[in-house]
Amino acid sequence: MATAAARDTAGSQAYDAPAGAGDTAGYERAFDAAVAADERIEPRDWMPDAYRATLVRQIAQHAHSEIIGMQPEANWITRAPSLRRKAILMAKVQDEAGHGLYLYSAAETLGTSRDELLDKLHSGRQKYSSIFNYPTLTWADVGAIGWLVDGAAITNQVPLCRCSYGPYARAMVRICKEESFHQRQGYELLLALSKGTPEQHAMAQDAVDRWWWPSLMMFGPPDDESQHSAQSMAWKIKRHSNDELRQRFVDICVPQAESLGLTLPDPDLKWNEERGQHDFGAIDWSEFWDVLKGNGPCNEQRLTRRRQAHEEGAWVREAAAAHAAKHTNSETGAARA
Amino acid sequence: MTTTPAKDTAHAAAALALGDDALVLSHRLGEWAGHAPVLEEEVALANIALDLLGQARVLLSMVGDEDELAYLREERAFRNLQLVEQPNGDFAHTIARQLFFSAHQYLLYGELAAGNGPFAPLAGKAVKETAYHRDHAEQWTLRLGDGTDESHARMQRAVDALWRHTGEMFQPVEGLDVDWIGLETVWLEWVSEVLRRATLTVPEGPRTGAWTAGAGRQGLHTEPFGRMLAEMQHLHRSHPGATW
Repeated sequence: MATAAARDTAGSQAYDAPAGAGDTAGYERAFDAAVAADERIEPRDWMPDAYRATLVRQIAQHAHSEIIGMQPEANWITRAPSLRRKAILMAKVQDEAGHGLYLYSAAETLGTSRDELLDKLHSGRQKYSSIFNYPTLTWADVGAIGWLVDGAAITNQVPLCRCSYGPYARAMVRICKEESFHQRQGYELLLALSKGTPEQHAMAQDAVDRWWWPSLMMFGPPDDESQHSAQSMAWKIKRHSNDELRQRFVDICVPQAESLGLTLPDPDLKWNEERGQHDFGAIDWSEFWDVLKGNGPCNEQRLTRRRQAHEEGAWVREAAAAHAAKHTNSETGAARA
Repeated sequence: MTTTPAKDTAHAAAALALGDDALVLSHRLGEWAGHAPVLEEEVALANIALDLLGQARVLLSMVGDEDELAYLREERAFRNLQLVEQPNGDFAHTIARQLFFSAHQYLLYGELAAGNGPFAPLAGKAVKETAYHRDHAEQWTLRLGDGTDESHARMQRAVDALWRHTGEMFQPVEGLDVDWIGLETVWLEWVSEVLRRATLTVPEGPRTGAWTAGAGRQGLHTEPFGRMLAEMQHLHRSHPGATW
């Protein structure tokens, strides 16, 4: 929180000394005032427990999505068809690991640890974006993920740069810059395929056919069925509703698909003059809920792979910790001597 | 395959040898993406892989079309060291491979950068990257060697297993004006010192001779390399003449 008034009320001691019942009301007023004034809440500021829990849940889910999301794309690194594409793809997957790092760090400012969050991911208590439970079957899927999945992610994430929680908002500024590169490389990859041989064009069209609907589902359930939306909007963690963002995404994609020379697999997709927006067909929400429940094509595979990597890496992390402990001890010993 | 005829065949052969080393090791490191032991290593290994791929592209382009060279040559035409094509194994094997190779590459590029041959500009830039790669491998060798009993045992096994592939790094490469004997002496001293600090034993096995590896530069590779190329080249070869 930035204002002096808010600081005076909430005080920096809020984090260190638990407030009595009488003080909480004052802190809460300061918090509400800061959110209302579009100021940033910072780690040491007082915040409602539910606000903290919502942020941890959302940031963790976002971080998990970054690291699980590495799998479907890493699937193509070793088969990338040119060295230029290989370099771009490796850099992109590396960016995702970097995003995971910023986001786990942002979550740590709320008093949770990366280990704790990874544990929740591995035991299925926290989710990651369902989109990564779809398989990357051809090289064109790398393009479709960049164009559609990263495009949808940007549409969701740009408003998060103005999120009320400072560390998350700042992490998102950097992430969005990189995501916009990812989106462009996906578009450019698909364009090369679309303008390439008939086989390459067909590969691109097939990928777009498979990724379009799952991408629209990335905005979450319709507003009237969205569990966390209203409170998150009030706290300015979320700035636009799921349906608003989904509509914005569709309107962005239609002309881009035309430029790509590819079609979107929706016979009901058409411009609505009256609304000044595109109408689009009904989304199969039963598929969404089914994938969310764990029945998507790759849920089991993604989580198993993640757990396996974590378990196989345990001896490495233990070695690093043991080495660090030995050396801290020996340095302390040397200092004493 | 149509490649631009090199003006100087010795330089082209050297560019191919160094380019293939970087290309193949970059590919192996890229195989780690998505399942490294810790998130920081996802970033680090990808970073090293990207540096090497960048070097490979410059070097292969000195010889001809980078994609034709990477994707359309048969196994016997590759000139990389057998060390860099060895499978990742566990993290200790990957680190031992990095330690041996980046220590070598650091010294080699350092010498090439100091000269005025055709590789000086590339080597001058790459030696800075390689200094980081070498440091990364050194730090992990110390952590794993002097970490837990398990990590110590794994690191020793990795060092022992890859040792026989290290002699090949110092066989003279035509087209490179390098003091190979001097390079090997400095390499051996440095690597031995790192292993000693990591509480590891310097292997006693041979590094040269009949039962050591050493013909990668002549196009003789180990069995896993063919499979690596099959995976790497399959998509490109499935669409002859396509652009990507």
